Amino acid sequence: MIPFLVRRLIGAVPVLFGVAVATFFLVRLSGDPTDMILPPTTPEDVRLEFRARYGLDRPLWEQFFFWLGHLLRGDFGDSIRFGQPAGELVWERAGATLELALATLVIALAVGVPAGVAAARARGTVGDAILRVMTLLGQAVPSFYLGVVGIAVFAIWLRWLPSGGRDGIENLVLPATTLAVYFFAIVARVTRSCMLDVLNQDYIRTARAKGLPESAVVWVHALRNALLPVITVVGLQTGFLLGGVVVTETVFSWPGVGRLAIQAIYARDFPVVQAVVVIFAACFVAVNLIVDVLYALLDPRIRLR
Amino acid sequence: MTTCPTRSLLSRVLRRWTARLSLLVLTLGVLCAAAPDLIAPLDPYEQDLFKRLLPPRWSEGGDPMHLFGTDHLGRDLLSRIVHGARITLSVAIFAVLGAGLVGITAGLAAGYFGGLFDSLAMRLADVQLAFPVVLLVIVVAAVVGPSTLNLVVILALSGWPRFARIVRGSVLTVRELDYVEAGRAAGSGHLKLILLHILPNVASPIIVYASFELARMILLEATMSFLGLGVQPPTPTWGGMINDGRGYLHLSLTVSLLPGAAIALTILACNLLGDDLRDALDPRMDVDMR
Repeated sequence: MIPFLVRRLIGAVPVLFGVAVATFFLVRLSGDPTDMILPPTTPEDVRLEFRARYGLDRPLWEQFFFWLGHLLRGDFGDSIRFGQPAGELVWERAGATLELALATLVIALAVGVPAGVAAARARGTVGDAILRVMTLLGQAVPSFYLGVVGIAVFAIWLRWLPSGGRDGIENLVLPATTLAVYFFAIVARVTRSCMLDVLNQDYIRTARAKGLPESAVVWVHALRNALLPVITVVGLQTGFLLGGVVVTETVFSWPGVGRLAIQAIYARDFPVVQAVVVIFAACFVAVNLIVDVLYALLDPRIRLR
Repeated sequence: MTTCPTRSLLSRVLRRWTARLSLLVLTLGVLCAAAPDLIAPLDPYEQDLFKRLLPPRWSEGGDPMHLFGTDHLGRDLLSRIVHGARITLSVAIFAVLGAGLVGITAGLAAGYFGGLFDSLAMRLADVQLAFPVVLLVIVVAAVVGPSTLNLVVILALSGWPRFARIVRGSVLTVRELDYVEAGRAAGSGHLKLILLHILPNVASPIIVYASFELARMILLEATMSFLGLGVQPPTPTWGGMINDGRGYLHLSLTVSLLPGAAIALTILACNLLGDDLRDALDPRMDVDMR
C-alpha cells in the first residue's frame, strides 16, 4: 500500500507541474492587468510603481520562475484586487465550496444508489422505466437551468427557500439539490447496470441457496461488488463536479472558490485565477488517488501496483 | 450479396423509436440552425417595449402574434429560440469535428507508432484532463475574449484528449490483428495502413462517443453563454436567453423556461441517439463513455 501511494504521488508531480505551467502562460495570454485594475487617468509613475510591485515589468520567463519558486513553498502570490495572499483567499472560501460539493455528492449517492438497486431488482417494470426517463432527463437538463427554475419556484413563488447567499442550512438546499440531479442520474444508471451484472453471478446464487434473506443478498453481497464501478465513475466525475460548483456558486451567489474564480477572471486577478486552477487540479488528482485506494479496500482481489 | 455497411447500420438504428424521435429532434434543430429566417415567424432582434414579457399565446393576456410570448425587450421568444439553435448547434457541431480531428489523429498516431510520441501525447492528455473542463474553458474564454470562433476553438481543444484516449485504446488492439499484418505484408505504407485498415475498424466507438460528445458540447456552449463568456448579445443563444430571463423570474418564467427546454431536448436527443448507436454497433462496448 505505502509503495503504491508513494509511486502515485510521484507520478502526480509532472501532471501538476504541467498544470502549473499551462495555467501561468494561459492566464498571461490576456496581456497586462494594469489597465484593467487602474483607472485610465492614473499618472504614469503610479502605473510604473504598480507594475514593479507585482513584477509585471520583468520578462515573462523571470516572472514564471519567480512564481514557480514561490508556488513550491505554497505561496501563490498576492491578489491584485484584494492585496491579500491568493492562497489565503482560496482557503477562506474552501469551506463553502467543500460544503456544497459534499452535500451534492451525499444527495446524489443517498438517492441514486438505492434507486439504481431498486430499478435493477424491478427490471422491466414501470418503476424501472420511470427511473430510466429520470436518469436521461437528469443528464440532459443543465444544472444552472435547474438552479434558475428552482429559484423561481421555491424562492420567488413559494418563498420556502432563500435564493442565494450562505447563512444557514436552508441556503444549501437549492444549490446542492440542483447540482446533485446530474450526479444522481449517473450514479443511478451505473448502479443499476452493475447490479444487473452482479445479480447474475454464481456467488449470489450461492448466497440465496444457503438461505440468506433477500435483503442481505442484495444490500450486502451484491451491492458491495456493484459499488466498485460506481466509485470509479464518481471519481471520474470530480472534474465535472468542480466545474458544476463554479457555475452553481455563480447562480446562487454562494461565497465559494468557484465564484471567487469567476470574479477573479473578470477582474484579471492573475494570482487568484492561478491559485484556483492549480488547487482544483490538485484536488482532482487527489480524489482519483483516493478512489484507487478505496477500490483496493473494497475489493481485495485488486492488488495495488 | 453485398450490403452497404452504412445503410445496414442506419436501418438497424432506425428500428428503434427513440432513435427516430432523436433524429427528428436533431433534424429540426439543424433546420432551424441552417435557415432560421425561413422558420422563425418574426425578426429575433426587433424590440417592442409596449409588448414586454408577454405570456405565451395560449395563456391569458397572450398576443396572437407571439406564440411563446416575448422577452424583457419585447422580442419574440419563438423567433429567438429558432435563431438560438444556429449558434448552439453550429458551435457544438464544429467543436466536436475539431476535437475529433485532433483527437483521432493523435490517437491513431499514438496507438500505431507508440514510443515517444505516444508517451508525450498521453501525458499531455493527462495534464489537460486534470483541469476541470468548465474552469479551463472559462479561463481561456476570458483570456482570449468571447467570440464564436474562439468558442469553437476552445471547446474543440477541451475535447480532444478523450477522443485520443478512446481511439488509441482501440488502435492498440486492432493493430495486432491479422488483416493489418496482411496489409503490411502486401507492402502498404504507414499512412495507407492507418487510413484503410485501422481507421475503419476503430470507427464504431468514435461514432458513439461523438454523439455523447455533441451533447456535452451543447451543454458547455450553453454554460458559457449563460455566464456571458460565449457569443455576445444581442445575438440570441439559448444559454444567454436563460440568463436574460433571470432578472424577470418574478414576472415571467417562460423567458428562461423555454430556451432551457430547447437545450434539454437537444441534449436528450444526442444521448438517446448515442445509446441506440452503441446498441446497434456493439452492445458490449464500454458503457460509460458519456
